[in-house]
Amino acid sequence: MKSDVKLFENGKRLDKRKIDELRKIKIEVGVLHRAEGSCYLEWGGNKVICAVYGPREAIPRHTQNPLKAIINAKYNMAAFSVEDRKRPGPDRRSREISKVISEAIEKVVLTEKFPRASIDVNIEILEAEAGTRCAGLTAAGVALADAGIPMKDIPVACAAGKIEDQIVLDLGKEEDNYGNADLPIAISPRTNEILLLQMDGHLTVKEFDKALDLAIKGCHDVSKIQQKALIEKYSKKMEA
Amino acid sequence: MSEEKREVVIPSQLLGKTKDKKAGKGTFVENGNIYAETIGVLNINSNQINVTALKGIYDPVKGDFVIGIVDEPMSSSWLVDINAPYPALLHVNEVPWDVEFNETEKYLNKGDCIMAKVLQVDLEKKLNITLKDRNLYKIKNGHLIEISPSKVPRIIGKKGSMISIIKKYTKCRIFVGQNGRIWVDGDKEGVEKVIDTIKIIDKESLSYGLTNKIEKMLKEVQ
Repeated sequence: MKSDVKLFENGKRLDKRKIDELRKIKIEVGVLHRAEGSCYLEWGGNKVICAVYGPREAIPRHTQNPLKAIINAKYNMAAFSVEDRKRPGPDRRSREISKVISEAIEKVVLTEKFPRASIDVNIEILEAEAGTRCAGLTAAGVALADAGIPMKDIPVACAAGKIEDQIVLDLGKEEDNYGNADLPIAISPRTNEILLLQMDGHLTVKEFDKALDLAIKGCHDVSKIQQKALIEKYSKKMEA
Repeated sequence: MSEEKREVVIPSQLLGKTKDKKAGKGTFVENGNIYAETIGVLNINSNQINVTALKGIYDPVKGDFVIGIVDEPMSSSWLVDINAPYPALLHVNEVPWDVEFNETEKYLNKGDCIMAKVLQVDLEKKLNITLKDRNLYKIKNGHLIEISPSKVPRIIGKKGSMISIIKKYTKCRIFVGQNGRIWVDGDKEGVEKVIDTIKIIDKESLSYGLTNKIEKMLKEVQ
């Protein structure tokens, strides 16, 4: 399918990025006082806030697992986060994202340390511009670490995709809307284990492999920003 | 306090190998490597690598002294909030009084404060606490301060150095629960001084030479 929107100009993308260049990312740790851990993240035009509560006793009781903690991630888009008003409340899409993010986090948190408890992760999208699930999961990873929850790794997510027959990293809004494919993944950067992988559109096996490698590389770059934000915040506290 | 360098570590950071050192608190082992599991301060001694957590909830351990607030009296026991993820059970057999069946409310009611000891923590983290130990009783007066449980060791100091300084200069009775609740009793000025001091320790819990600084500060106020 060819669209009339041109996504490349003189070998550069619409926002002047190279094909393997990320959007600008800014991470702030510990922005909320009530939450055990929190994070504010800006990823290009995405603005995400994430709060972590717990571990606390899981309610209702029948959801408790006597051997480990359950992870309750909740992804929510604000009504004003997109151009047209988004109807508030959970819908099919946000329930799906909540589920995949919960499962990704469950893989890295040492849940067996808190039997019968729940760890609640609230992800709020304040402004959306393609790739909010990656931004949300990245913010959740930082907020979990800030909450002091024991975990094996800080999860990180990034997307790759195909636009005008080229594999590119971290799709922007137009690229996502008019491109051919979108491949968001989340990994555990220490082991390169894949925690989340979804795909929208069509890719050949060769293209898929290329996109996956590119997305993993992107994840490692984002991971460095996460780590830097965390260490900076706590080192500053130590000097004060 | 020695002026050793303190390093902040984040989860998944590589700290060492199991063949050189033992993996201590706040760490986990994978493929012979030791990694940090929480955000904290690195603490390496001659044979062990520890990570002192900077944040996190209270994880009850058998034998801890804690301050609890009664949540719910039941027919032969009480449910007590001890700041852990789970409520703790205090059975009538574990209190120093003779309690008749269905008369638990006469002795402890919702909102009452007690000093207690963690009697048992089982695999499912079901908690039992007791009042049958030295100096454990129902709290009737004084002030209760809450701080982050990970900062309790700083309030106590090395071998109780910090807490004894505070006690010395303010002439207050202080009980520090491992769950981050602190009980203070004494004259009004003394209590105010203790609260201010604890707030400072809470805020500057990571700075160097804090014990000396606090001692100097308390001396000046006098």
